[in-house]
Amino acid sequence: MIDLQKAFELVVNIGLPHCLLLSAVLFSIGLFGLLTRRSIIAVLMCVELMLNAVNINLVAFNRFGSMPDHAGQLMAIFGIVVAAAEVAIGMALAIKLYRERNTINVDELDELKG
Amino acid sequence: MFDFALQSAWLIPLLPAIAFAVIGLGTRQNKQLSAKIAIAAISVSFVLAWSVLGAVLTNNITVEAPFIAKTVWTTIGKIELAMGMLIDPLTVVMLTVVTTVALLVEIYSLGYMAHDPGMGRFYAYVSLFVASMLGLVLAISFFQMYVFWELVGLCSYLLIGFYYYKVSAREAAKKAFITTRIGDFGLLLGIIMLQIYVGTTDFAELQLQLPHYIDVSGTGMLTLIAFLLFIGPIGKSGQFPLHVWLPNAMEGPTPVSALIHAATMVVAGVYLIARAFFLFNQIPIVLEFIAWLGAFTAIFAASIAITQRPMKRILAYSTISQLGYMMMALGVGSVTASMFHLMTHAFFKALLFLGAGAVIEAMHEEADIFKMGGLKERMPVTCKAMTVGVLAIAGIPPLAGFFSKDEILAAALEHNFFLFLIGSITAFMTSFYMARLLFVAFYGELKDDCPAEETNDFMRYPLVILAGLSVVSGIWGHFFGFGEWVRFGAPVHEGINFFVAFSSVVLAAAAIWLAYAIYVEKRWSAHGLAARWGIFYNLSYNKYYVDEFYVIVRYYGCFVVARILYWIDLNIIDGAINMLAKLTGAVGGTLNRAHCGSVQAYVICFYGGAILVMGYALIYAYKVLSMAGGAF
Repeated sequence: MIDLQKAFELVVNIGLPHCLLLSAVLFSIGLFGLLTRRSIIAVLMCVELMLNAVNINLVAFNRFGSMPDHAGQLMAIFGIVVAAAEVAIGMALAIKLYRERNTINVDELDELKG
Repeated sequence: MFDFALQSAWLIPLLPAIAFAVIGLGTRQNKQLSAKIAIAAISVSFVLAWSVLGAVLTNNITVEAPFIAKTVWTTIGKIELAMGMLIDPLTVVMLTVVTTVALLVEIYSLGYMAHDPGMGRFYAYVSLFVASMLGLVLAISFFQMYVFWELVGLCSYLLIGFYYYKVSAREAAKKAFITTRIGDFGLLLGIIMLQIYVGTTDFAELQLQLPHYIDVSGTGMLTLIAFLLFIGPIGKSGQFPLHVWLPNAMEGPTPVSALIHAATMVVAGVYLIARAFFLFNQIPIVLEFIAWLGAFTAIFAASIAITQRPMKRILAYSTISQLGYMMMALGVGSVTASMFHLMTHAFFKALLFLGAGAVIEAMHEEADIFKMGGLKERMPVTCKAMTVGVLAIAGIPPLAGFFSKDEILAAALEHNFFLFLIGSITAFMTSFYMARLLFVAFYGELKDDCPAEETNDFMRYPLVILAGLSVVSGIWGHFFGFGEWVRFGAPVHEGINFFVAFSSVVLAAAAIWLAYAIYVEKRWSAHGLAARWGIFYNLSYNKYYVDEFYVIVRYYGCFVVARILYWIDLNIIDGAINMLAKLTGAVGGTLNRAHCGSVQAYVICFYGGAILVMGYALIYAYKVLSMAGGAF
């Protein structure tokens, strides 16, 4: 017989380690995508993942931290706003790039060197 | 009645200096006015110089009790530099000789330089030279003498290079300046060491302090100082091995050769040693060296003069030879004989040079005596004057050279028989080559295309006056007690030594007869003799290859060292710099590969760096905490 109570507690009583674990996993997935994907759209999406991992961290420390206030949530909202702006500019750049070069493959965009 | 002259003797060098400034700054373009200013200045100096002679004779001023007037010029630390004038018989001999010859030469130049566009410049330089030379003569200290010593060197340079548009004149000027600089450097070192070790360069003070210094410190350092001081005269007075500049110095105008490179400037070295004789007298080894070097220079230069062909070059080597004579006289301790010969030589050598200038001008710049001949008929006055000069230098009584040369040979005989022998052989050679010059140029057959004419009055009368001086200056010096007058307490020969007089007259006469036999009667062929004594002829004709030797020395001493240094500069110093640059380039090139342009590669580096920093922070934190009590 499964101890439902214990299983429930395990699932429902989510603590700081769970949040940090989720955040780390998200961040790693984002980093992996950032390094490996060829499409600039996918790269931008991965950057978004990493930003959201940071946001989860901020919120988690706000919720489980020793001094509960709203600074973490506030920072997370700032992060979301910045991410939205970033994605808007990034997408605009990607579209412009595609019109100019007819490609969105980052391997072909390697002029930035000495 | 002459006392005013002593008080105003400072005007003697100042007037020509003013003339130099006026001509150089103002009237340079006006030839006649420039000449008049220069001659007016030197005339007043001339009168003053002879008045000083009168003052010295009437006021009983001797070498032991000179007239000194000085003022402190500047003070450097503890060293007081005084300028002033020292007048004693030695000074007066030089003053009268310099002003007399300079006056005559400046008058002669009125004729000689008349057609030269640079006549104003010429008179400016000559005035500056006369001013410097008279300043040198009046100097009270080695320091003051050195200042004027360099000034006469400068004037010599300017006047040798007077025809600066001729390459040979420029080269000769450089050669003279550089060669005498070598000597001047020794002199400067000597003067500085004198100041350091004895504490003064003032002649009068030195004379007082020197015995005390020798008692305390011995003569070791003084010997070195005396040798260094002597290097200056070696350069300036054309002693072997720094004589090479003097023959080339004849590139200048002939009046300059007569004034500077025969009669006055080149005897500055002799004068310096005579002036500081009390110093040299303390160190017999240096005097011995001076005597032998002088004797060697005398016979060496005479043997070169025998085979030379250009008239002025013969006279130049003759000058070197006679300067060697004067040095020898100083070395054997007879200042009297040396100064006496200096005076007579100034007159007859100036005469010979001015005569040569007249001849060369008349021959349209042809200097080779074998292309002249029979000039006696064309230029009778010049010929007579030259004959007097030749007989005077040959030492035929009763002309000037006889008495002064006799004094030197007698002094040499008292000192060392071999020096006397060298002196006598030199006298024989001197008579021979001077007679050769005279017979070949003036007596032989007149060439058909000879353009020579008697020169103008300006050039003729100075010759006549100098010829007169060449006749009387010897007798005057001999019978009116020159030896009594100029002396340093050193052994002075009085009267004629008949053995010396007889032998030197016989030798001179024999040499003149030999020259007559070869070049006039043609009893022996000159070419035949030259061929028979080929080695000696070539050695002499090529001046013993001293110039070539200097070329080699310069090549190995200068060019080879320069090339080695150039190689070091190019390969080691530049090499180090280039290597540093190459190293930087290589490092940059290697690191450049990391800069590939791929954004994702940059991101990897960025995260790699972040991980490293993080790792380090963790390790550091672990260490700190474990030290604080092991929280982990």
